[in-house]
Amino acid sequence: MSKFRNLISIDDLSRKDIEHILSRADEFLDVARGERKLRILEGRILANLFFEPSTRTRMSFESAMKRLGGDVINLGSLEASSFAKGESLADALRVVEQYADCIVLRHYREGSARFASEICSIPVINAGDGAGQHPTQTLLDLYTIKKEARLDNLKIALVGDLKYSRTVHSLIKALALFNARIYLVSPDSLKLPEEILEMDIDFVESDLKTAIEEVDVVYVTRIQKERFPDEEEYRKVAGSYRITAEMLESSDAIIMHPLPRVDEIAYDVDGLKNAVYFRQAFYGVPVRMAILAEVLL
Amino acid sequence: MNLLTISKIKDGTVIDHIPSGKALEVLRIIGVRSGSKEKVSMAMNVESSKMGRKDIVKVEGKYIGEEELNRISLIAPEATINIIENYEIVRKFKVSLPERVEGILKCPNRNCISNDPREPVLARFRIENSDGVVARCEYCGKKVYEIEKYLV
Ligand SMILES: [Zn+2]
Repeated sequence: MSKFRNLISIDDLSRKDIEHILSRADEFLDVARGERKLRILEGRILANLFFEPSTRTRMSFESAMKRLGGDVINLGSLEASSFAKGESLADALRVVEQYADCIVLRHYREGSARFASEICSIPVINAGDGAGQHPTQTLLDLYTIKKEARLDNLKIALVGDLKYSRTVHSLIKALALFNARIYLVSPDSLKLPEEILEMDIDFVESDLKTAIEEVDVVYVTRIQKERFPDEEEYRKVAGSYRITAEMLESSDAIIMHPLPRVDEIAYDVDGLKNAVYFRQAFYGVPVRMAILAEVLL
Repeated sequence: MNLLTISKIKDGTVIDHIPSGKALEVLRIIGVRSGSKEKVSMAMNVESSKMGRKDIVKVEGKYIGEEELNRISLIAPEATINIIENYEIVRKFKVSLPERVEGILKCPNRNCISNDPREPVLARFRIENSDGVVARCEYCGKKVYEIEKYLV
């Protein structure tokens, strides 16, 4: 079966690779929940190198590593670290690889993870590089879809900011491997970029109401205020892409969100069986366990 | 014959089948610029049965290295190279597109790690040839369509 040393981009993975990681995640589900103890990474150290804050991603890697018996070291606060004082990323990596068995890197420059994997003699996992790739997010999204709906011949609506959301772009690339039909729901100014529309996958432009009636999954992203010239314009747009419990009354679609949400999903949705976004956050743990086991064992 | 419009050279290189308008780019790549000593002649917008119109560059006393050929192939993938000795063509070949190039293109993405002056990194691109030559940055994935703009 596939065996990889680094995880840099979802583009590097075949359908087989993805299926392999997801089925491996299944083996860790109960361990991730704390129901069974496993020490397969005992004595191993993960270095979390986050040059940009992302508390959830960092904590879920930490949880995954510890649940498998491993240890985690962190960069600490950026302001206090020597890396903030003009040291190159390359030097930082060459030092940190002396202390750990694996590096999880989040950095503001695109391509930094690929670069890191070329420099380091230990595995590198990309936890987001600028506007580039965030493959573990995509894998946990796919895992959520697999557990809560189905991966093959899926109908999924992507809602909100389809222009700048890198989670959406990577998810589309991955879903293309599974014959998905994708409903695009976004304001005109935040439409999916041309180059992604050219991909060999079935796209349908839709409004939110139709999408909710027809799809298996509704994947919601945040519409950012900064993208709009004035606040009034933003409120009008954001309001029309807000999901409420009432809209889901006769729908079985599951609602996903990479979090954090602002107000694109009303709180009254949280109690419905449609709401899976907190479980989606949980699924990050078994998926990251599978990835860590893959690169470290 | 159009070839008569430029003089024969004794020893050196003739680069033929350059897309019309790209001759000056080719000269820049092989390092010929104002003040250079080489004897250069060129023809632009010459009629060509294969290409409609083409440019030709002849450089006296200069042989072209692999690195320069790689660069030329990126902007003139159809170019043919003729090596001339004592007025005779001693070798004739087509440039071939490299699979990847390193250090000869700059990534247009300013936030790409390959554009960080602090990092010991050479910009590296995978070359694709579908409907024209396209270079894709191996770090950030950015595609470059107008390659001549990003040659270093
Ligand atoms: Zn780049």
